[in-house]
Amino acid sequence: MEALATAFTMVFEPHTIVVMLGASLFGLFVGAVPGLTATMATALLVPVTFFMPPITAIAAIVTATAMAIFSGDIPGCLLRMPGTPASAAYTDESYAMTRKGQAELALGAGLVFSAIGGLFGTAVLIASAPVLADFALRFSSFEYFWLVLLGLSCAIVITSERPLKGIVSLLLGLLVACVGLDNPAGFPRFTFGSTELMGGVGLIPMMIGMFAVSEILRYAVETGPKLVIDTRPIGNVMRGMWELLKKYPMQVLRGSTLGTLVGALPGAGADIAAWMSYGISKKFSKEPEKFGTGHVEGIVESGAANNSALAGAWIPALVFGIPGDSITAIVIGVLYMKNMNPGPTLFTQNPQNIYAVYLLFIVANLIMVPLGLLCIKVAKRILTVPREILMPVILLFCIVGTFAINNTPFDVGVMLVAGLLAYVLEANGFPIAPAILGVVLGEMLEENFVTSMIKSDGSLLAFFGRPIAATLGALTLAAWFLPPIIRRLRTLAGA
Amino acid sequence: MKFNDAVFGAIFLVLGLAIVVHVQSFPAIPGQQVGPALFPGLVAAGLAVCGVLLIASGLRHRSSQPWFVAEAWTRSTRHVAGFAAVVAAVAFYIAFANTLGFLVVGPLILFGLFVMFGVRPATAALVAVVATLVIWYAFYKLLRVPLPWGVLTKFAF
Repeated sequence: MEALATAFTMVFEPHTIVVMLGASLFGLFVGAVPGLTATMATALLVPVTFFMPPITAIAAIVTATAMAIFSGDIPGCLLRMPGTPASAAYTDESYAMTRKGQAELALGAGLVFSAIGGLFGTAVLIASAPVLADFALRFSSFEYFWLVLLGLSCAIVITSERPLKGIVSLLLGLLVACVGLDNPAGFPRFTFGSTELMGGVGLIPMMIGMFAVSEILRYAVETGPKLVIDTRPIGNVMRGMWELLKKYPMQVLRGSTLGTLVGALPGAGADIAAWMSYGISKKFSKEPEKFGTGHVEGIVESGAANNSALAGAWIPALVFGIPGDSITAIVIGVLYMKNMNPGPTLFTQNPQNIYAVYLLFIVANLIMVPLGLLCIKVAKRILTVPREILMPVILLFCIVGTFAINNTPFDVGVMLVAGLLAYVLEANGFPIAPAILGVVLGEMLEENFVTSMIKSDGSLLAFFGRPIAATLGALTLAAWFLPPIIRRLRTLAGA
Repeated sequence: MKFNDAVFGAIFLVLGLAIVVHVQSFPAIPGQQVGPALFPGLVAAGLAVCGVLLIASGLRHRSSQPWFVAEAWTRSTRHVAGFAAVVAAVAFYIAFANTLGFLVVGPLILFGLFVMFGVRPATAALVAVVATLVIWYAFYKLLRVPLPWGVLTKFAF
C-alpha cells in the first residue's frame, strides 16, 4: 500500500504531468502524419527521455505511443492513408465511411474504442504481470534460454509470410548483438580494432536509424500521387458511441483480448493485432457482406485491438525483459539506461516503479479521449503540414538525438548504416521486427545458453531436465516444426 | 532496389562462412567447452544455411523474379537525388560537424534538403536557421549536450 502511495506521488507530480501532456501532443501529431509511426515517435523520444528521471521517461513513452496509435486512424479516415501501420487494417473501411458522410462515426469509434482497448490491456497487464513475475523468480538459465528462444521463434512464425526471410533477419540481429566485449568470455569480438565497437553497437542509434532514418529515406523516394483531403467539416464524434458499445460488446471484448495476447507475444505488435482482429471480426460478423463498404463493426474491434496490444507488449517486457513489440524493444533499452533492469526482481525490489507504470497506462488512456477530440478538431491542419519541411527537420533531430546519447559522431554513423540497411532489407521483403528482437535479446540468449552449457557440462539433455524448461523447450520445438508440418498436410489433403 | 533472393542468399552465405572461419581464431577458455566462438559460430552457420536456401528459392523463381528490379523512383532524377541527399546530409554532418560546428552544419543540411524536396529557397533559408536554433537550444542549452562549436568556438556561450 505504501508503494502504491509512492507511485501516486511519482506520477502525479507537476513535472511528470507536464511531460505527459507534451508527449501526448507529440504522439498525436506523429501518429497523424502519414509516414511517421508510433515506433518512430518512441525512437525520437529516447534522446530526450535520456535526461529525465525513470518514471517521467516511461510516462513520455507510454503516453506518446498510446496517442500515436489512435491518431494514426485520422489520416486513414480522411486521406485513405494510414498514419501508422497499426491503422492500415481498417483504413479502407474508415475512408469508405467518410465517403458516405460518416467520418464522425469512424473517428469517434477509433478514439473511444482505442481508449477502451488500452484500458483492457492495462487491466490484463496489472492482473498478470505480478503473477508471472512470481513464477519467473524460480527460473534458472535453462528456462530463460528456452523462453528467449521461444519468443524469437514466435516473432518469426507470426510476423512473416516467408519464415526464411524472418529467420535471416533474426540471425543478422543476433550477430550484431555479438559485437563487442559484452559476452560471457569478455573477449572482444568483431571489433576490427575499433575502440568504439568494444562496447558493442549502440542500441539507441541503431533503433533511431532503423525506425526514423529509414522512414525519411522512404519519404525521399515516394512517388505516389498527392493526397486529397476530404474537406467536409467534422461534427460531433462522440455521438452514437454509447449505442455502438451496446451493439458490439462482444466485438470490443474479443478485439481487446486478442490484441493483448498478440501484443504479449514477442515480435508481433499493434499492426498485426489490428489485421488479425479485423479478419476475425469479419469472419464472425452477422453481416460480413457489409465489410469494406463503410461498416463500423471492424473498426470497433480492430481499433480496440491495436491499443490493447500496446499494453500487452509490456507484460513480457517488464517480467522477462523480452519485448512484445518494436516499441517495447526500445523501452527495454531505456529501462537499462535508467537502471530499472526488467525482470522479476523489478516487482519485488521496487514495486512502486511497477505501480507507477500501471498508473501511467491508466492515465494515458483516459486523457486520450479529451486530447484525441482536440486532435480531431485540428486534424486537417496537421494533415496539411508540409512534409518536405518536416522530414529534414526530423533528420537533423535524429542526428543530434543520436549524438546526445554518447556524445560521439561514431553513433551517427551507426544510425546511418542501420537506416540504410533497414531500408534495403524491408524493400526486399525482410521483416525488421525479428532483427530488432535479435539485437535486444542476443546477449541474454547467449549468456543463458553458455551458463546452461557450463552447468550441464556440455550435455544438451540437461536443457530438458527441469519440468518448466522441458515444457518451454517442447513449445519452442513445436513452434519450429508444427507450421511446416501443418502446411505439408494441407497441401497433401488438397492434392 | 529489389534484388532476386539468390543475390541476398549469396551475400549471406559468404558473410556466414566468413564469420564461421573468423571465429575459429577466438581463444578457447581453459577447462571449458564453451568459448566466445560458439554462439556467433552457430548463428553464422545458420545464416549460411539460410543463404543456401535463399539461393535455391531465388533460382527456382528466376522467371518471375529478375536479378534486379528498379522501382519507379530509380528512374526519376529528383527521387534518386533526394535519396542520395539524405545519405549525404548525415555523412556531411559526421565529416564536418566538429570542424565547422553545429550552428554552421545544421542550417546547411536543412537548407540543402529543403531545396531538394522542393521548398522555395527563401522559405528554406528562414526555416533552416530557425529550426537549427530551436534544436540547438533544446539540446545544448536545456539538455546540456555538448554540440560542437567548430569555427564559432570563440563566440561560444
